[in-house]
Amino acid sequence: MTYAIEAQGLEKTFGGEVRALDGVSFSVEEGTVFGLLGPNGAGKTTAVRILTTILEPDGGRGTVLGHDVAREAAVVRRLIGLAGQNAAVDEYLTGRENLWMVGRLNRLSHEHVSLVSDQLLEQFGLTDAADRPLKTYSGGMRRRLDVAAALVASPPVLFLDEPTTGLDPHSRNDVWEMIEGLVVEGTSVLLTTQYLEEADRLAKQIAVVDHGRVIAEGTPEQLKSDLGTTVLDVGMIDQVTAERAAQLIAPAGTKAPTVVDSLVELPVADGPKAAMEVLRLLDHNSLTPTLFRLREPSLDDVFLSITGRPTEEGSRDGDDPSSNGSGSNGRSKRSRHARRGQPQQEHRQGLPGANDGGAR
Amino acid sequence: MTLATTTTDANRFTSLPAGQSSGSALYWGVSDILTITKRNLIRYVRTPEALFFSTVQPIMFVLLFRYVFSGAIKLGGTLPTGKHLPYVDFLMAGIFAQSVSFGGIGTAVGLAEDLQSGLVERFRALPMARSAVLAGRTLADLLRNVFVIAVMTAMGALVGFDFPTGALPFLAATALVLLFAYALLWGFAVIGLSASNSETAQVMAFPILFPLLFASPAFVPIADMPGWLRVFAVHQPLGVLIDATRALMIGGPTAGYVVQTLAWTAGMLLVLVPIAVWRYRRSV
Repeated sequence: MTYAIEAQGLEKTFGGEVRALDGVSFSVEEGTVFGLLGPNGAGKTTAVRILTTILEPDGGRGTVLGHDVAREAAVVRRLIGLAGQNAAVDEYLTGRENLWMVGRLNRLSHEHVSLVSDQLLEQFGLTDAADRPLKTYSGGMRRRLDVAAALVASPPVLFLDEPTTGLDPHSRNDVWEMIEGLVVEGTSVLLTTQYLEEADRLAKQIAVVDHGRVIAEGTPEQLKSDLGTTVLDVGMIDQVTAERAAQLIAPAGTKAPTVVDSLVELPVADGPKAAMEVLRLLDHNSLTPTLFRLREPSLDDVFLSITGRPTEEGSRDGDDPSSNGSGSNGRSKRSRHARRGQPQQEHRQGLPGANDGGAR
Repeated sequence: MTLATTTTDANRFTSLPAGQSSGSALYWGVSDILTITKRNLIRYVRTPEALFFSTVQPIMFVLLFRYVFSGAIKLGGTLPTGKHLPYVDFLMAGIFAQSVSFGGIGTAVGLAEDLQSGLVERFRALPMARSAVLAGRTLADLLRNVFVIAVMTAMGALVGFDFPTGALPFLAATALVLLFAYALLWGFAVIGLSASNSETAQVMAFPILFPLLFASPAFVPIADMPGWLRVFAVHQPLGVLIDATRALMIGGPTAGYVVQTLAWTAGMLLVLVPIAVWRYRRSV
């Protein structure tokens, strides 16, 4: 079967030492959203830049609808659209002019560009702002126009690189709905994000990347069930009461609760059901919580669960490979690269800087 | 899946023909350049303040030299008519050279901005001609130079320049300036592509430009310069250009200067274009 996008062991090193990608592999089924989830500097953008023909990989291979991104770049460029935090628009041009420019550079006829532009501007709620320079746009409008520009040539494969980073919740929701609409119409999407919630809502498959490697992969459900899905926070009046409450409510959770000061954190499988049970247990014992909150696990929780360490860059010095056994998926990938004996050294990466590391 | 069926899939969600026009590679290459050119020109029109200040500076130089310094500058020459050479006639060639060379800073800054903003990244993922970004940029800046030269000509006429050699040699002079300036733009492109941001591009361009413009016959006769400086002033590209355009504008031996200018122009293009293209390719 031909995948919309396929990455096979992509490797990229910047400036001879910054290892941005260290053998990344994943496959995106046609007509689905694939989420590439990871913290800043994990290598997501580098992967996107390689798969959109902007960069050449040092090793490995990428294909879009079966076409090699390095050897058949010209073909691939006709099949893809790129938008997101790094794909820019021209702020001195109006919305319509930006679409015109990208459309013409996509080798579309004048008539076609103007038809599609009108359609897209309407679809993205930008008709009123169409003839204003982008300088006057809000962040959300700009991002929508950016995505519209990526769609001018109706590409069957779309790359969205952190399309909601820096957006307010309302604009974020707009972008999500737009992506859902595109998939209904048959577009295949590679979405990179730092937000588990976003990948969870949009993606059919997720790969979690960290330090240029895929450390976990699966459906959102699989990933979440791996880590206990939901967290129930129960605040008590003091630590002693919290300890007592933790013992009482432990049976409702999937893992043992943790107590931090007066707060009990309980990983649960079914949020509402567990919440009712916990409340019943507390009420039975005449305990009243001061705080009661169900929350989705964050990317940090995923990382903690997979790697045994938080996403925080600073903590990597304390990265003890032996404590990371839980990330089985990532471990097996690592083992393919036998030469990498000292993971810490590879951790000195970030996204490749503004222009280049390699050019200097 | 083949390319053809993919295109059909794409149609499904626009309910339009895919619209990828046929056309030769040459047609689309030219189209890409014109698209980028138009985009850059729109930017110039939308930032009139930038255009204004890049024009206002040479205008101030015209006024400064015409009215403040002209009395202190001794000119020995005479016009073909036998009349003593007025300073304003001498000045025009220098002002032309100054306008187009300082204007080139905009080329460097603009390219650095495009790299910085990520626009070039987007271009790289498009099926456009690779060369169009630089070709479109320099073409737009050539057109900007046409505008600036027209403004400076009007300014010169206002302060007393009366085209002593007539219209045709004057037009030849402007054509020579524009041609030379086009080659020079590629040098600024190299600077813009080498700078990490637009501020750096500006700072990098100035120290290169300053000696070329002022260690030249642009505003004062070189007769009073020290010998070593005189050698530099008459042989460096901007100096040669100024001598050639001045000869065309006010008379005197011309052919040698023009040939030298054309040689510099060709040489600069031969060296700077490949360097700029190389920098562009490496600027990911």
